[in-house]
Amino acid sequence: MRYSGLRVIKEALTGHKGWKPAWRDPEPKPSYDYVIIGGGGHGLATAYYLAKQFGKTRIAVIEKGWIGGGNVGRNTTIIRSNYLLDGNEPFYEFSLKLWEGLEQELNYNAMVSQRGILNLIHSDPQRDAFVRRGNAMILNGADAALLSADQVRAEYPFLNFNDARFPIKGGLAQRRGGTVRHDAVAWGYARGADSHGVDIIQNCEVTGFRIENGVCKGVETSRGFIGATKVAACVAGSSGRLMAKAEMRLPIESHVLQAFVSEGLKPVIPGVITYGAGHFYCSQSDKGGLVFGGDLDGYNSYAQRGNLPVVEDVVESGMSMIPALGRARLLRMWGGIMDMSMDGSPIIDRTHIDGLYFNGGWCYGGFKATPASGFAYAHLLATDTPHDTATAYRFDRFRRGYMIDEKGMGAQPNLH
Amino acid sequence: MIINHPLLGPRDSQEFTYLGDAALIDRPDWQAEDAVDQFHDYLYLRDNPAGIHRELWFHETGDRSWLVVTRDTTTHEITSVELARDVARARGRSK
Repeated sequence: MRYSGLRVIKEALTGHKGWKPAWRDPEPKPSYDYVIIGGGGHGLATAYYLAKQFGKTRIAVIEKGWIGGGNVGRNTTIIRSNYLLDGNEPFYEFSLKLWEGLEQELNYNAMVSQRGILNLIHSDPQRDAFVRRGNAMILNGADAALLSADQVRAEYPFLNFNDARFPIKGGLAQRRGGTVRHDAVAWGYARGADSHGVDIIQNCEVTGFRIENGVCKGVETSRGFIGATKVAACVAGSSGRLMAKAEMRLPIESHVLQAFVSEGLKPVIPGVITYGAGHFYCSQSDKGGLVFGGDLDGYNSYAQRGNLPVVEDVVESGMSMIPALGRARLLRMWGGIMDMSMDGSPIIDRTHIDGLYFNGGWCYGGFKATPASGFAYAHLLATDTPHDTATAYRFDRFRRGYMIDEKGMGAQPNLH
Repeated sequence: MIINHPLLGPRDSQEFTYLGDAALIDRPDWQAEDAVDQFHDYLYLRDNPAGIHRELWFHETGDRSWLVVTRDTTTHEITSVELARDVARARGRSK
């Protein structure tokens, strides 16, 4: 069923009796060509592109809970491609381009809103660094604009410009950045994948891998054994827990990141704004809530909740960037589990076990990467070669000394 | 979280910074034949368990001692706190 304005009107006039479930609820088959573990944004996107772009069949996505119930449902919905390093920027720009065509591609309203992202500058060295980053973005086909303090003031008059300690000196803007309705991304990809014959199997937890003579033959699940020619792990946040079942140790630690939303307010914040003197980012959802977040709690965690010191730290940063934030009341806060990798960049690669593939280590930047991650992972699964924009996301980059360390923090996951 | 410091008693976790898995105490022998592999694994790979985790915390704004904290990563419950010095000595790592 194609969705359209006409369809909405027709259904409105006929009592909304014609809507069908957006995807089937099939029983698992004994075997598939491709079994993708993880029904989040990345896993569903992988299945979609594998079927649509690469023409593969006999694909299943297995999910231990319900689809879209993990990090794709727990993030701050920001899309952008404002990276510096060559290993990253082409990939994220590819992702942003896919976002731009996503709704037409999927025939699904994901509320992609290119309302712009602004990184604030508070010092001369920071301006130098952002000029460099902006140039790197432009060289890779992305857009970037350096704004003076007056230009920032004209667009965002509510910011704390004359703060004694961290005055705002300007900003680096990416106008094509913005926000997306996060749940709709999972649902849109699920519907698209399902319409291309992908089996989406929910409430099906992987309990182990069947590995014989170094070859992965399939997965043991709570709903029985499912055979597969290729098994694709795609469970960022729980990668450590899953891959331990294949006796793999990863260059990843799991950390908790908290996010917050205020009560609904009238439109006040026109885009996404990030603070340059602390770790804080804020946007306003279409419902009116201010959506914001900051640092990791900083210790290994699989609990989807954090602690109060970071709450205080985040709202202090927020108050010092937007003093008016203090008049808003916090509505909800929650935690998500991040695959924090050793250099702050992801991994899309084969493993040393034949037939077992890995996608993870997204740190807290996985949402914006969803379309490109799915596309690149599908490319790897279909062709056994990495996608042109994802050649750097290899397991062996640590051994070979080719880290993609945007923040220059070294092998200290909680600092990325 | 409250970390029950063996010398100072219960302290707020905000006073500490976090390093990671306490296995970092076991630095490989640089003269070993396979030192490159050992250091790769030591530096970059983690067990990252969901459950009991022994980890290194540094009392940065306190007495600047290193602690080995045993904590459950699924509940954040801390079950034991030792001086890292004692743990390292028990493993023959220090004098």
